[in-house]
Amino acid sequence: MSVEPQMPKSWNRETKPHKFCPGCGHGLVLKALGEAIDELGIQDKVVFGCDIGCSLLAWDFFNVDTVQTHHGRTTPVVTGIKRANPDVICIAYMGDGGGYAIGSQHLVNAAARNERITAILVNNTNYAMTGGQMAPTTLPGQKTETSPYGRDVQLMGYPTQGPEMVAAITREGAYVARGTVANLRQLKKYLKKALENQMAGNGFSFVEALSTCPTNWRTNAKETWAFLENEMPKYFKVGEIKVPGQKEAGQDG
Amino acid sequence: MGDTPIQGEKRVFMTGNEVVAWAALAAKADIMYGYPITPQNEIMHYWTRMAPKYGKRFLQTEDELSAGFTTVGGVLAGRKAFTATAGPGNTLMQEPMSMAEMMRIPTVLVVQQRGGPSTATVIYSQQEVTMTTYGGNGEGLRIVYSTSTHQELFDYTIKAFNTAWKYRFPTFILADGYQAKMRESLTLYNPEDRGIKLIDPEPLLGKEPVNGEKKPTHLRNTYNTEEELYEVITKYMDEYLKVAPEIMEYEEGNVDDADIIVVSHGVVTRAARGAVQELRNAGLKVGYFRPITLRPFPGEQLKKAVVNAKTMLIVESAYGQLAKLVKDAIYGTTINLEYLFKPGVGITAEEIVAKCKELLK
Repeated sequence: MSVEPQMPKSWNRETKPHKFCPGCGHGLVLKALGEAIDELGIQDKVVFGCDIGCSLLAWDFFNVDTVQTHHGRTTPVVTGIKRANPDVICIAYMGDGGGYAIGSQHLVNAAARNERITAILVNNTNYAMTGGQMAPTTLPGQKTETSPYGRDVQLMGYPTQGPEMVAAITREGAYVARGTVANLRQLKKYLKKALENQMAGNGFSFVEALSTCPTNWRTNAKETWAFLENEMPKYFKVGEIKVPGQKEAGQDG
Repeated sequence: MGDTPIQGEKRVFMTGNEVVAWAALAAKADIMYGYPITPQNEIMHYWTRMAPKYGKRFLQTEDELSAGFTTVGGVLAGRKAFTATAGPGNTLMQEPMSMAEMMRIPTVLVVQQRGGPSTATVIYSQQEVTMTTYGGNGEGLRIVYSTSTHQELFDYTIKAFNTAWKYRFPTFILADGYQAKMRESLTLYNPEDRGIKLIDPEPLLGKEPVNGEKKPTHLRNTYNTEEELYEVITKYMDEYLKVAPEIMEYEEGNVDDADIIVVSHGVVTRAARGAVQELRNAGLKVGYFRPITLRPFPGEQLKKAVVNAKTMLIVESAYGQLAKLVKDAIYGTTINLEYLFKPGVGITAEEIVAKCKELLK
């Protein structure tokens, strides 16, 4: 007897099991997103854009309209869609390379213009699809293929703190939070609020999700989880950073 | 707020950039995404002044990459979206346009060529031919109209929207800084009054559910295997080659008995026409051929035009970018090739006359 796995209604069952590596956090972020879409009942209204990098593997992940774009360019494509048809609910889904390196000017300017879209950025501290190179989010001392002796902050600077940057450049109406796949209920809450913020027409919504890459981290299950839960939050504080209507949002964990 | 910006036929005297904005309105374009670069800026200036009166939209993006990709997004959402650029901006636009090629997204891009490479000059050249016809990491699955007068700028900008939406290949208007900035007279018209049917756009994403049910669309430009990509591109190429003869356009004059055929495109054709007229008046057998579509290139028509001629003189404000297209198209013919290349500067009828006389000696 087989037990049917629990999947969000908005998932495309025909493309499951998904194509992400075992232990990858994308599946968890997309599960939280799928449940948020289900609970909001917006499956028929969502346009989901994904980037190049591991996120492109989500091009047929959902039973929602989807477009897979170029590295770093998902934000402008989704902005173009939203501007042309404000009735659809637009999600730009990307990795840390796409959002904080090659596509950073798009993220910055979409945030500054308060585009009514929801950007979700998965932070796994490396360029995973291309084989584990250093990313803007690679932690100090972290070894990658292009920082084989560990990230030297004297040479390469400190990890990009994306939500803090977005919070600093957005004005009233923006929603900014950082969640983690280590706390899925909280992540789902943030994603849902980010979508609701767009639906209310308030402004730019941005959620970073701390995630895992056991393949390129070369970690076993225990070490993977330890890195996610103990190392990453030292630089990347989990919590809501900006909430519309609230002057200074606390970090509610 | 009216739906038809141009009532009846209207004789006007305006700059090329203004003409493009009027043409986009006449073609019922919905939204422009743009980024400033000279010499195309006034397209945005006029569009932003007129568009709100007709319920149209505009977004000024952070760079040309974004202008190109938001245009792609606008088209995906089912709007007639367009953008305009030049020079280094055209270089950046090749990335979004290659996505449009791969996903058959009917984008419209107006290029007002400036000098190159790099920043170079801001006014004029014909140096964006190679990039506009074959830019991007692909096969050049696109349509490029090269205009030579303001009337053509109006006619072909309207046509570009129809071509793009009919064939689903990114479509380009390749003009230049002279056309962008100078004023000349032309007739504005509402295309539908002339029996030109405007093709309605349709959404590729964000379609309304039918009978309460929605079948999602999944678009990608990534393929898992080489064979999978080979199949897709072979199919696209077959479709492109099949429709190419319908799309190709050209103009020729005095070719039948000519010893020399002057080949040029865009504004240089104006000098070529003038030169041929002057040479004919002097009893010299010279004709001209001008491809209007640079991609697909009317190669067979050119071969036919030069069949009795001894020499083909290729004239362009670039160093052989048109010549490359010509040589590729006429491969196998034994005609003598001569060139008048002036990268980044204009060419007068007098210069072409002098060159032809020298060749006829």
